[in-house]
Amino acid sequence: MMTLRARFTKLGRVRWTSHRDVARMWERALRRARVPVAYTAGFSPRPRLSFGLALPTGCESLAEYVDVALAEALAPADLATLLVGLFPEGVDVAAVAAVEPGGPSLQEEVSSCSWEIEVPGMTPDALAEAIGRVLDADALPLRRERKGRDVVDDLRPSVLALSCCRADGAGVQLCAELATRPRGVRPSELARVMGVELGLARRTCQWIERDGSRREPLLADLHGPAAAWERAS
Amino acid sequence: MTSLWPRIEPLLAQVTKPARYIGGELGARRPVHAPGRVAWLLLYPDTYEIGLPNQGLQILYEILNERPDAVAERAYAPWTDMEAAMRAAGVPLFSLEGSLPAGDFDVLAFNLSAELTYTNVLNLVDLAGVPVRSADRTPAHPVVMAGGHCAFNPEPLADFVDAFVLGDGEEAVGEVTEVIAAWQASGGGERAELLAALATVPGVYVPSCYEAVYRDGRLTGVVPRAPGVPERVEKRTISDLGQWPYPKQQLVPLIEVVHDRLNVEVFRGCTRGCRFCQAGMITRPVRERPGAQVEQMVREGLARTGYDEVSLTSLSSADFSGIEGAVSSIINDPECSGQVSVSLPSLRVDAFTVGLAAEIQKVRRTGLTFAPEGGTWRMRQVINKLIREEDLYSAVDAAFSQGWRRVKLYFLIGLPTETDEDVLGIARLARTCVEIGRRHHRDVTVTASVGGFVPKPQTPFQWFGQNTIEELRRKVGLLKDAARRTRGLTLRWHDPEATAAEGMVSRGDRRMGAVVEHVWRAGGTFQEWSEHFDIGRWQRALEAAGLGLEENVYRHRDEHEVLPWDHLSAGLHRDFLWQDFQEALAEHGLEDCRWTPCYDCGVCTGLGVEHMVASAVPPAGGSQGTGQDLGTGGSVPVRFLESPVPVTGGVRAGNDTAAVVTAPAPGADVAVVGAGPG
Repeated sequence: MMTLRARFTKLGRVRWTSHRDVARMWERALRRARVPVAYTAGFSPRPRLSFGLALPTGCESLAEYVDVALAEALAPADLATLLVGLFPEGVDVAAVAAVEPGGPSLQEEVSSCSWEIEVPGMTPDALAEAIGRVLDADALPLRRERKGRDVVDDLRPSVLALSCCRADGAGVQLCAELATRPRGVRPSELARVMGVELGLARRTCQWIERDGSRREPLLADLHGPAAAWERAS
Repeated sequence: MTSLWPRIEPLLAQVTKPARYIGGELGARRPVHAPGRVAWLLLYPDTYEIGLPNQGLQILYEILNERPDAVAERAYAPWTDMEAAMRAAGVPLFSLEGSLPAGDFDVLAFNLSAELTYTNVLNLVDLAGVPVRSADRTPAHPVVMAGGHCAFNPEPLADFVDAFVLGDGEEAVGEVTEVIAAWQASGGGERAELLAALATVPGVYVPSCYEAVYRDGRLTGVVPRAPGVPERVEKRTISDLGQWPYPKQQLVPLIEVVHDRLNVEVFRGCTRGCRFCQAGMITRPVRERPGAQVEQMVREGLARTGYDEVSLTSLSSADFSGIEGAVSSIINDPECSGQVSVSLPSLRVDAFTVGLAAEIQKVRRTGLTFAPEGGTWRMRQVINKLIREEDLYSAVDAAFSQGWRRVKLYFLIGLPTETDEDVLGIARLARTCVEIGRRHHRDVTVTASVGGFVPKPQTPFQWFGQNTIEELRRKVGLLKDAARRTRGLTLRWHDPEATAAEGMVSRGDRRMGAVVEHVWRAGGTFQEWSEHFDIGRWQRALEAAGLGLEENVYRHRDEHEVLPWDHLSAGLHRDFLWQDFQEALAEHGLEDCRWTPCYDCGVCTGLGVEHMVASAVPPAGGSQGTGQDLGTGGSVPVRFLESPVPVTGGVRAGNDTAAVVTAPAPGADVAVVGAGPG
């Protein structure tokens, strides 16, 4: 049995669907493509798909991942070809590679994500000031609900990098790298502690940190044309 | 028309389930609007998740978009948070496909599946920026139309909806399109001219062309105001379902909806003759889809959609004469590779049906649902749901022995002639089912779901006085006491107050429109949703309109009283319905006329159509669960779809008839349809 990992986008209107909705899109697309997906055993067999970190509803992404367990071998390029045209507009498979069997799941491995976040109605100076406040703060307490209870978490350790990455006629944009552990930080939560309005947020990368260096979950496994496929861009 | 999307998208971050408003389903069209093409907006007056799967709406969506002279888009009721955001931002109701303003369409066409959605109809018309009352609209406004089961008593919406279509909509929508296109081509004169022209289309009822006449506070007739409109509007019926293989491209939503699976309608109409069931009465006769077409629609539908579940829909799918072939072709199809499950939404109560269910649900055997409806054999004879106690027990035994752990039973209370013994019979049956289950498993659950009966127009019980709120509460109380302390038995009941509100509208005349409008103006939308339903609003509205529960809901009507829908026909003779009501009161059951002589209900003869079944013999086990003796019968002809099947022993049937404006909702359950939201 082999597992293929795919990187895909979620752009445009489809960003308003949920993580679960995306999972169901994949299940249907794989069935339509007749991909030989492995199923779970037991009372209620489900296709063995494993998604990475949930993308908050309303956010776009250039870097969503799914691991597809297969019952029969399939070349990465063939999976990509079979899936062409089977997703709603905005969802596109950009790269596929085989992953080591028995390796850690995406959920376990991904340690941080890069984001581009539009901040409407703000001047570059005001944004720079807000960024400075966050980076200088010792703690960034945020009250949030977890399992029905209010808890206060400190977000500061999770903000790994923060900068203004665009300021032009189209508005200002924040670039952030946010840790996913011990608990993920959502762009909306970052905006709340910064006291800024949240515009369109787009996940641009997910990172796996190993041995002091970080790498992208899929490119890390690109070994050559037989083991990987990436869309020419 | 310009897209409202740039004004819509900023609202989405503020609302729950924003994907309700983005469209983009597999199968959605992006029709090109152009002069000479009549633009329809098809609306379902409830949330996206409830409305999207509606097969009637999807059928008409495809048929209209296939026409060169029409385009069709869709809209559903925005949830209250989205509505508030839209009103605050000045964004009108919009279509999902093009984000186009609803008020720019030529037709707003509503599917009416439940009375308590009427306030949403008014709300959507208002959100579209269109005056809610027909009389206030100008030629620049869209024509507001409606169809669906509730159109068989459209009077409570007569002041708001310009035209109703009775019966199957497949053919009628094209004729309506042509009338509107011709009116537009001629320069579009007075609105009244257009409505008068629509009133000449068979099956179309234009309330403003009719006068409701009252004497001493009672309706004495609804009569044409001018010559040229029919005194009685007859429903439309497509005679051959095989000619309408729709939907060809069922919509696959991006978010989870009810009935989220492939739905293939295997037949329309039902002649079981359950007397409480409006769906069964108004959709006669039975018209089956050819078995080969069912198999093709299933095969192609699964391949196209990627669904892993298919539902064979109808009012009683185990009665489909090709059921075994259809089921075996699905489960034995190598391309389905055992991963596809099949569901039959309305199970008959018999062991054959359970066997069938076992065959198709090799996995995921979670729960099975049966609808005995009445708690005693006497009660079931009254309602003509001829299930013997032993039929139910053998079905339940079969279900538990084959691995199911949960059984759900549907019942009605508040039925004609009902005694406390009948009500308590529900608890007795359910308890016995628990005991049967215990023989097979330690842990079993039997859920008895109890709905209050709302008498429906065009049925034998249309004369019956509905039980009061207090009486239904008392009966629910009896059941609660009786069900207490029975481990494994769960009792659920429908809110008697909602039953009362449904009853106001179900058989209301034109004056009930003021009540609907009052409730809507007081903020009463989404009345099917318990968190939004408030009987106080309905009672105040009723009072303000000078109407009362006793007169309009609780009172028995007498044989000769004019009923608000007498000028509209589902093909059933009024004297047949009255006679059947008397048979009910005498506790006489009536057999299914597919396999016995014609009772002359009026439908087949009136419409010049016949039952269309693929087999002259009842389905395997067909007599089970009905108490029906199939050994007797006359010789009414049956028209066969394919090569005639030899008839043995002089059985067979024929009769009856007709259908629905829009096809029944997938999963429409006889019990639920009859009982209202359940």
